[in-house]
Amino acid sequence: MSDVLIELKGITKNFGDQQVLKGIDLNIRENEFLTLLGPSGCGKTTTLRILAGFDEPSSGEVLFDGVDIAKIPPYKREVNTVFQKYALFPFLNVYDNVAFGLKIKKMDKSLIEHKVKKTLKLVGLEGFDKRDVTKLSGGQQQRVAIARALVNEPKVLLLDEPLGALDAKLRKEMQGELKKIQKEVGITFIFVTHDQEEALSMSDTVVVMHEGIIQQVGTPEDIYNEPENRFVANFIGESNIVEACMIDDLLVSFDGFEFECVDKGFKKNECVEVVIRPEDIDIVKPEEAKIQGTVKSIVFKGVHHEIVVETERRDYTIHTTDYYEVGLKVGLSFGPDDIHVMYRMDWE
Amino acid sequence: MKYFVKLVRPYLIWSIVIVIIPLLLIVLYSVTTGGNDLINIQFTLDNFKKMAEPIYVAVFLKSFRLGLISVGICLVIGYILAYLITFFSEKVQNLLILFVTIPMWINTLLRTYAWISLLSDNGIINSVLEMLGMEPVAMMYTDFAVILGLISDLLPFMVIPIHTSLCKIDHSLHEAAMDLGANPFQTFWRVTFKLSTPGVLNGIIMTFLLSISTFVIPKLLGGGQYMLIGNLIENLFISVGDWNFGSAISVILAFIILIAITCMKRIDKETGEEE
Repeated sequence: MSDVLIELKGITKNFGDQQVLKGIDLNIRENEFLTLLGPSGCGKTTTLRILAGFDEPSSGEVLFDGVDIAKIPPYKREVNTVFQKYALFPFLNVYDNVAFGLKIKKMDKSLIEHKVKKTLKLVGLEGFDKRDVTKLSGGQQQRVAIARALVNEPKVLLLDEPLGALDAKLRKEMQGELKKIQKEVGITFIFVTHDQEEALSMSDTVVVMHEGIIQQVGTPEDIYNEPENRFVANFIGESNIVEACMIDDLLVSFDGFEFECVDKGFKKNECVEVVIRPEDIDIVKPEEAKIQGTVKSIVFKGVHHEIVVETERRDYTIHTTDYYEVGLKVGLSFGPDDIHVMYRMDWE
Repeated sequence: MKYFVKLVRPYLIWSIVIVIIPLLLIVLYSVTTGGNDLINIQFTLDNFKKMAEPIYVAVFLKSFRLGLISVGICLVIGYILAYLITFFSEKVQNLLILFVTIPMWINTLLRTYAWISLLSDNGIINSVLEMLGMEPVAMMYTDFAVILGLISDLLPFMVIPIHTSLCKIDHSLHEAAMDLGANPFQTFWRVTFKLSTPGVLNGIIMTFLLSISTFVIPKLLGGGQYMLIGNLIENLFISVGDWNFGSAISVILAFIILIAITCMKRIDKETGEEE
């Protein structure tokens, strides 16, 4: 993998007597698309603001290319930000908004023009130079904001929930576009969002945060398939989460039965939690499975049905394209690799 | 909705009676002779011609010079004050703005008398100077006294519009500018000041209007010989009784102010689009 560009070491941040970041350690590599994901108030935006230089960490180091930049003001950093509500300058047209950073750097006029035109083309706003930014649509303003940041050729682009204000369809479109732009310019993107689907579909690395602590760092596949704890499993898509006991390596017990699994490295008889994704459970005839129950409800969700099956100990949610009648006796079947064992969280 | 539109009628009648008609009368007076004698009306442009006499031109120039100086000083002090106020919490800001406006609750005459007791030859300032063993300074009846009085009178009219426009600025614009490499000074100049220009222009217009038409302050702090446009008009109407000439001066003054405001509005529009 490529080299580490930014290293966060033990970052904490207090606002008054409230601690919003409780020790963040994170390595961010060159050219990766990294997403900070979490519910509001989890500290993801504060982390981004510390990277941009708008907030100073209460303690810890922000190493950029090995140099601590925690106290360097934003205007001396090689990062640029795309703001949540774009923050375009209303008194400047599209061209002058994009050229703002270059003019500050006193760059040659013809060079500015060349760069601005090139960047506007990159974001798909060719010919918009003279347009009034306040009269553009949300999606277009978004593109201006991205161009205004990218034109400075930063080493890192920070994006603070940039798609939050767009409607669903435009959002999807911009997700693809952002990914494409990131590949084209080949720099690190750090993206903040609370939308798990957005995070999973765009990122190389997802950082799940909650209450000022990083819960898990991994590829979208890791995060989805191997959540490390109940919070991650719950936040990333729907899950069945079950308290369980790790009997031995590769053997876990829950709901009164023992199941083979693929996880090891836990202590013997350690209390754990097991997550089984709704789409990983197959509905079979009662006699073919250990866990049995009755269909409690079925809801059509478009691509699949969401079925809730009531068993002796708990309700399971299952996603399947098949239809089952309410009240039908069924068995629930899953393979060893559908069972994901997690450490139990003690704070919930 | 239509019903409510009718509610505007009393106001309409009121403003016709109290504003439009007197205004027309002033215009009428300015192009006639014979004062209040509206029966033997005689049209003339002599009143305007008289304005070209050096003595009156000098009064105009002096008024404009003093007006511009006090507006200029007001702008600098007012901007700094308004800018500093924005750094406080909203609660404190309201309180500070209240402090700025409190002097407006007190009659101009009283405030001006207060200045007299401060500035006069045996006033408070000179007494303090004397106590410190320094020579007393003659401050009354000078440009300094008049400008000081004007500034203290006009400051709230400068601070409030500027503060209002500063408050409206989205803070993320400052962060955006810094993010794009602008240092604090560049951020202030290119973003904060730029976005506060509507307030600045409003403040300039308001304070200039007030300073150019004032007559109490120059009369009390400048002395009887001190003649500004406001005093000239006052004299012509009250002491001399030459309503026609007084009206002509008022019309010219109104005309100049109108041009000034139009120019200001144009500047406001143009700063919207950068070079």
